[in-house]
Amino acid sequence: MTELMQTFWFWAPFSAVVIAIVVTVNALLSVYMERKVSAWMQDRLGPMENGPHGILQTVIDAVKLLLKEDIIARGIDRPLFKLAPYIVFGASFAIFAVTPFADGHPAADLNVGIFFALAISAFVVAGIMMAGWSSNNKWSLYGAMRSVAQAVSYEVPISLVVLAVVMVSGSMSMQEICVSQAGGFWNWHGLSLHHNPFLVLGFLIYFIASLAEVNRTPFDLPEAESELVGGYHTEYSGMRFALFFLSEYANMLAVGMLATVLFLGGWQPLHPALGFIPGPLWLFGKAYGFVLLQMWIRMTLPRLRVDQLMHVCWKVLVPAAMGVLVLGGLWELLIG
Amino acid sequence: MDNHELFIQGSRVPDRGPDGDLMTLNMGPQHPSTHGVLRLELLTDGEEVASIRPHIGYLHRCFEKHCEKLTPPQIVPYTDRMDYLASMNNNLGFAVACERMLGLQVPEKVEYLRVVVAELNRIASHLVAIGTCGLDLGALTPYFFCFRDREMILDFFEEICGARLLYNYIWVGGLSHDFPEGMDDKILRFCDYFEARIDNELNPLLSFNKIFIGRNAGIGVVSAEQAWAFGLSGPSLRGSGVAFDLRRDDPYSIYDRFQWKVCVGEGLVGQLGDSWDRYWVKVLEMKESLSIIRQALAARPKDGDVREAVPGRVKLPVGELYCRTETPRGELGYYIVSGGGNLPERVKVRAPAFSNLCIIDEISRGALISDVVAILGSLDIVLGEIDR
Amino acid sequence: MEFAELLGHIRAALPGAVLEEHPEAFSPWILVARAQLPALALLLRDDPALDFAQLMCLSGTHLPASASESDRLASIFHLFSPRHRHKLGVKVVLDSADPACPSVAGVWPTADWHEREAYDLLGIVYEGHPDLRRILCPDDWEGHPLRKDYVTPATYNGMPLD
Repeated sequence: MTELMQTFWFWAPFSAVVIAIVVTVNALLSVYMERKVSAWMQDRLGPMENGPHGILQTVIDAVKLLLKEDIIARGIDRPLFKLAPYIVFGASFAIFAVTPFADGHPAADLNVGIFFALAISAFVVAGIMMAGWSSNNKWSLYGAMRSVAQAVSYEVPISLVVLAVVMVSGSMSMQEICVSQAGGFWNWHGLSLHHNPFLVLGFLIYFIASLAEVNRTPFDLPEAESELVGGYHTEYSGMRFALFFLSEYANMLAVGMLATVLFLGGWQPLHPALGFIPGPLWLFGKAYGFVLLQMWIRMTLPRLRVDQLMHVCWKVLVPAAMGVLVLGGLWELLIG
Repeated sequence: MDNHELFIQGSRVPDRGPDGDLMTLNMGPQHPSTHGVLRLELLTDGEEVASIRPHIGYLHRCFEKHCEKLTPPQIVPYTDRMDYLASMNNNLGFAVACERMLGLQVPEKVEYLRVVVAELNRIASHLVAIGTCGLDLGALTPYFFCFRDREMILDFFEEICGARLLYNYIWVGGLSHDFPEGMDDKILRFCDYFEARIDNELNPLLSFNKIFIGRNAGIGVVSAEQAWAFGLSGPSLRGSGVAFDLRRDDPYSIYDRFQWKVCVGEGLVGQLGDSWDRYWVKVLEMKESLSIIRQALAARPKDGDVREAVPGRVKLPVGELYCRTETPRGELGYYIVSGGGNLPERVKVRAPAFSNLCIIDEISRGALISDVVAILGSLDIVLGEIDR
Repeated sequence: MEFAELLGHIRAALPGAVLEEHPEAFSPWILVARAQLPALALLLRDDPALDFAQLMCLSGTHLPASASESDRLASIFHLFSPRHRHKLGVKVVLDSADPACPSVAGVWPTADWHEREAYDLLGIVYEGHPDLRRILCPDDWEGHPLRKDYVTPATYNGMPLD
């Protein structure tokens, strides 16, 4: 224990800086990626004016957001209103703390890592609720209520599926989970039909539920702009809005990373022979694959209605996740 | 009484809910899904809508008052600005009304070209309706595809008359310009291209998307009786299964010469007369319009002056006329009273979207806020025409 | 049904309701006594031989004072029967000193907004209308813009209008 603490505290500041850079660069990169990906899917060019192929567009937007007036309307609950973006941002920031970027990355080696990640990601909901409530705006309130209902519901299937992974890996440490999937892509939980086929189904459930967890289409009800104007961040502007924005993209990457760690071997290479490519590249490569998938889905599907959203969760995903847990356990016990 | 008090008073919703525990939610005039400056006052119980009180008039310019000071040829550009998504059809309606009063026979060529541009504009207008209907439900990509194809039509119009949105193309007795050289071929090529786009792109991506169907099927159901009683027309009426199209049932221009089908909703995925049916009718109608365009281009006379029959001075005879034509949104009626002078005494416009919108309270009760957005999208309103 | 037949049918069912007939107009219409309008509207809609299910258009007009007539307002109802495919214009002429006209919003719900519009722009008061408010102009607008003698006010709530 002391050994772990020593290494943890030794590594923590470095990790924090690295993660701060990752989160910020990720937002710039993801926004640009989303613009370009959506543009290509929609027969457009996307940003083309600033820099070659519009590469500076997101930087300019970031500067614009920083310089914008921070409007706090009358009748707003100021302390909550000001605090909310930081909570949301902090929570999505903290998930990266336990993500193992590479083999032996010690900051991440928390023995209840995955539990921490799930717990801290639930914290985002508190921030969103604070934002929605304090805004003194009915649209924000609707957005916040939807967000809470959605996040709380979809945490159930996610937790159940994660539990199944933990059961098979035999550890709650994200590093251990990665290590347990060593040896090539056929050993990854999400693809290993021969090890435990139920985890493959679990992978699918996790991916669908994670879309809801980060408010992405088709589950983007809390900020459905065509219904709720801007959802919980309707009243925010300038830097505070930028924080919500930043955390949204950080969350997209975070669930991608969690999915990678849980089901696609984390930093493990595709094949042991490809081990010369550094672990972080594998992790980020796979995680951005998920981000791309999220964008692809967003550009393809319309949005669900609130009752349909609940239907998908409680009547489809939760029973299926239960099945994964029980049958996956039985398989592990009898065959695995 | 100051303005603020008046605003509050004007917005007071009669308590029609089961108890006093309802919340008023102000949707618009600045809201992404009200398709312009429409304000809906929703009385909500959680996400459920107890009643809707629409407030219109934000774009009111008193078009009808302007008309009292203008001669009919001067009124034509004003009609552009009512339903700005289907200006050709508005021009056509007014021209037909004036020509009926004057007893004017327009040349064959003009009639055919009018049909071509009116049907092209119908497709362009339906593309906006379909695209925004998807956009309101969060489907981003079909919207861009629809607008990409609409751009092509606007390019044609630009080539024909120089304007992309407000054309002033169909004059009383004629047209402002002839088609340029090679226009027929371009339009025919577009027809082939676009027909394939509907089948291969729009339908799989949006029309038969499971989520899109789930959001629209069984929502905002209008029965045929309700549709007639509330004065619905156009795709909103046909979505309820009523095969009634003024182009066929109250013919004007030369629509009786073409072979085409009046498309109606059939309750294919949900209930007859739901939002999806109203949407689907528009998709089907675009194909019928393509067919009409092809027939008209094949049959049209090549020679002749399109301004040949344009009267030097339009002096409407004494009398009154109610003339209706089918625009993309439905029955556009012009009620013209003339005292025999240069200026009409009264021009009243029966705007299709105006009548289509008035049913929204009736069919939205008990729906969710998200459904109101879907219903509004399927009713396909243009505020420029509602407010005039 | 042709206009003459329609007229005969209405005259037989409601004697005295039709004051004038104008079959020669571009859109034939009948002038109806104000008091008879509610009964006539129900007859037009419910009589299976007439069956005017659609109120196409409801317009108001202002007929300024002339040598022979005083200042009047008119409300015109253009009706259509989808089943029989016949049309009819029904007109009620009102004195502008007493611009009260029975509402037909209970007969054809679409009349609701059209009557509000005519009230807003011409000041015709539709009696029995469920919610007669201005619809296009602001609630505190002064005057009725489509009247021929309307003068645009110089200001609206202190804002100059020009």
